[in-house]
Amino acid sequence: MNRFLAIVEREMRKFFRSPVLMIMSMMLPLVQLVILGNAFGGKIRGAKVAVVDYDRGPQAVKVHEAFDSIAVNIATFTTVPYDDENTAREDVRTGRVDAAVIIPAQYSRRVYAQDAPRIGLVVDNSDQFLSASLEGEMQSLVAALNQPVIEDRVVKNIALEIVELYPYVEYMKYLLSGSVALAMYISVMIGGGMLYIDDKARGVHEGYLVTPISKLELVMGLNAAGAIKAVLSGISLTVIGSLMAGLGVIFHPAALLQLFLLILGTSIAFNGMMFLMMVRVDDPLVPRAMFGVLNTLLFFPSGAIYPISAFPKWLRAIAVVDPFTYAIHGFKAVLLKDGGFPAIQHDLIFLFVFGIGTLLVATPLFKRTL
Amino acid sequence: MSTAAQPGPAINGNRNNAAPAAIVVENIVKRYGDFEAVKGVSFSVADGEIFGLLGPNGAGKSTLIRMMTTLIPVTGGKAIVGGHDVTKDHDEVRRMIGVIPQALTSDQDLTVEENLSIYAKLYGVPRAQREINIARVLEAVDLSKWRTAQTKTLSGGMRRRLEIARGLVHDPRIFFLDEPTTGLDPVSRIAVWEMLNNLKKEHNLTMLITTHYMEEADRLCDRIAIVDHGKLVALGTPVELKQSVPGSNVVEVQFDREDPEWQSRLEALPNVTEVQSQSAGVYRVLTSNGSQTTTQLVEMANSLGESLTSLSVQNTSLDDVFVHYTGRQLRDEQVKAVFQMPPRPGAN
Repeated sequence: MNRFLAIVEREMRKFFRSPVLMIMSMMLPLVQLVILGNAFGGKIRGAKVAVVDYDRGPQAVKVHEAFDSIAVNIATFTTVPYDDENTAREDVRTGRVDAAVIIPAQYSRRVYAQDAPRIGLVVDNSDQFLSASLEGEMQSLVAALNQPVIEDRVVKNIALEIVELYPYVEYMKYLLSGSVALAMYISVMIGGGMLYIDDKARGVHEGYLVTPISKLELVMGLNAAGAIKAVLSGISLTVIGSLMAGLGVIFHPAALLQLFLLILGTSIAFNGMMFLMMVRVDDPLVPRAMFGVLNTLLFFPSGAIYPISAFPKWLRAIAVVDPFTYAIHGFKAVLLKDGGFPAIQHDLIFLFVFGIGTLLVATPLFKRTL
Repeated sequence: MSTAAQPGPAINGNRNNAAPAAIVVENIVKRYGDFEAVKGVSFSVADGEIFGLLGPNGAGKSTLIRMMTTLIPVTGGKAIVGGHDVTKDHDEVRRMIGVIPQALTSDQDLTVEENLSIYAKLYGVPRAQREINIARVLEAVDLSKWRTAQTKTLSGGMRRRLEIARGLVHDPRIFFLDEPTTGLDPVSRIAVWEMLNNLKKEHNLTMLITTHYMEEADRLCDRIAIVDHGKLVALGTPVELKQSVPGSNVVEVQFDREDPEWQSRLEALPNVTEVQSQSAGVYRVLTSNGSQTTTQLVEMANSLGESLTSLSVQNTSLDDVFVHYTGRQLRDEQVKAVFQMPPRPGAN
């Protein structure tokens, strides 16, 4: 027991004396949380839309009024008057404007005659996010124009009534779960992967191996130290990230306990996985080369930044065995939904079983000699 | 002097005295695939002896020490350390030995005391004894003043002393040092030698040292084994090894002018075993009696009416011993080792 604790003590003393690992493990997730959280969370504002009005009739004026209303209120776009459709199209192509609306000649007459009136929308669909937003806004505008001036007594159209279970979730809050898991992954990658191999290459393990420490004590000591470092990174990022994203769940004791269990399970799972991958590696370049590949392979299919249900089958298969998936699902359940213990129990079971399982496989592979 | 590698007269590694053997190595072999790094080496080290393994880089010294310290498995043969077989009683061997690896591996972020304390715990030294041992080894390596200093603030020589203290913190019986002064400046090197000598005297430690420094082996070791290409080529005390080389003295002479007759005239002098022509008029004369040969050489020159430009007499050094048994200079090997990068794994 003393020997196992000596390994943990050495690692923790180094960890606290040089806080680089802690800072490095939290830097990327925090930057990601701030940049992506703000960049992806907002709605389109201030796009430029060219308007070519060949009609200039009363119904075209109603369209202009609707545009003005949008510009003043939700400010999705502002309009720029154009005289010529070709010039407007060319400017959409070259990016001077983001879209062009064409109100054809005879538009007002066709509206009054109920003769299939149309408004043209030219969008730059190389930017799908912007074009989809403008299309959505225009669809709403056209739907509003189609509303009869006097409503029927009996509503004929079917309406969908949406009930949102939770208050509006900003993207930064949505992203926080992924950021916490990412901070723990980086901590394990640096603390458990890179430093482990660097110590091996530097001859530190040689020093351990000439002592009477058993293989199990050595493996457990190295992994316990790695797991503690990841837990500390996870707790730090959960607190800092929650405060930044405005989530008050960290002040609820029950949620805190659930978060701690998830952080513990995640750190054991990540550490076990990393140890299994590094147990026979000697070259310090290997973990560095693997860092980016593993990050992409494990973080992106996990549902951290995009829902798993949108993935193709093969990518979903990765998500099923990816410990990130369960960590992020669990964190979301606590941080965003306050789902309680039943919402995270499957995640906890997977994380602990995965962590212990990988350690059980890695231990016999660990060499007690050089 | 012969330049071919040949086993010396003192090749029998067993010491003929009454002291019990701390280390017994019998026909030990280490193979990596088809490559045989250690080829059936045998020797024994008596209790309280400082035993040196001398050889160039790549000779197999570190492989030998790693087998004896349980770091790598033995392919064949047997090694008994402190009465325990390294292939069977790993932990017994580990409890009995202290090991100083070639690289400096103390943690730079930790203090001197923390480094020692962690290793004391790894060796299972009880808490009360730990404090006593740490104070004792710090005193022994003259680092008591630096107990709370961070290791990164220590000089190279002090760090090496800390490594030595770390290897002694659990009070081992046998101490293995793999090139303990590599990378140290001459002053620090001498300080380490003195410290090791004191440790031996005060604690009756058995030490096995690998080195490629002749002077280190000469000054520190009771006996030296010369290892080359994985084989033990000579073994004995420094004096025995020097005496085993034909011509225990070297006389270097430079005549005023070159004469083709000099070589044969020098060879004809009594006690001369070998004459090597160095350059025009310069000869290296190996003799079993340096002073007598010098006198006779001066008399010969006077009788011929020739004058000498320079004359010097040297005792045989371990360098000469090494050249005699391996056929090449140890220094050449070191230079090669510095300038020839090892092949990348998998490269042809």
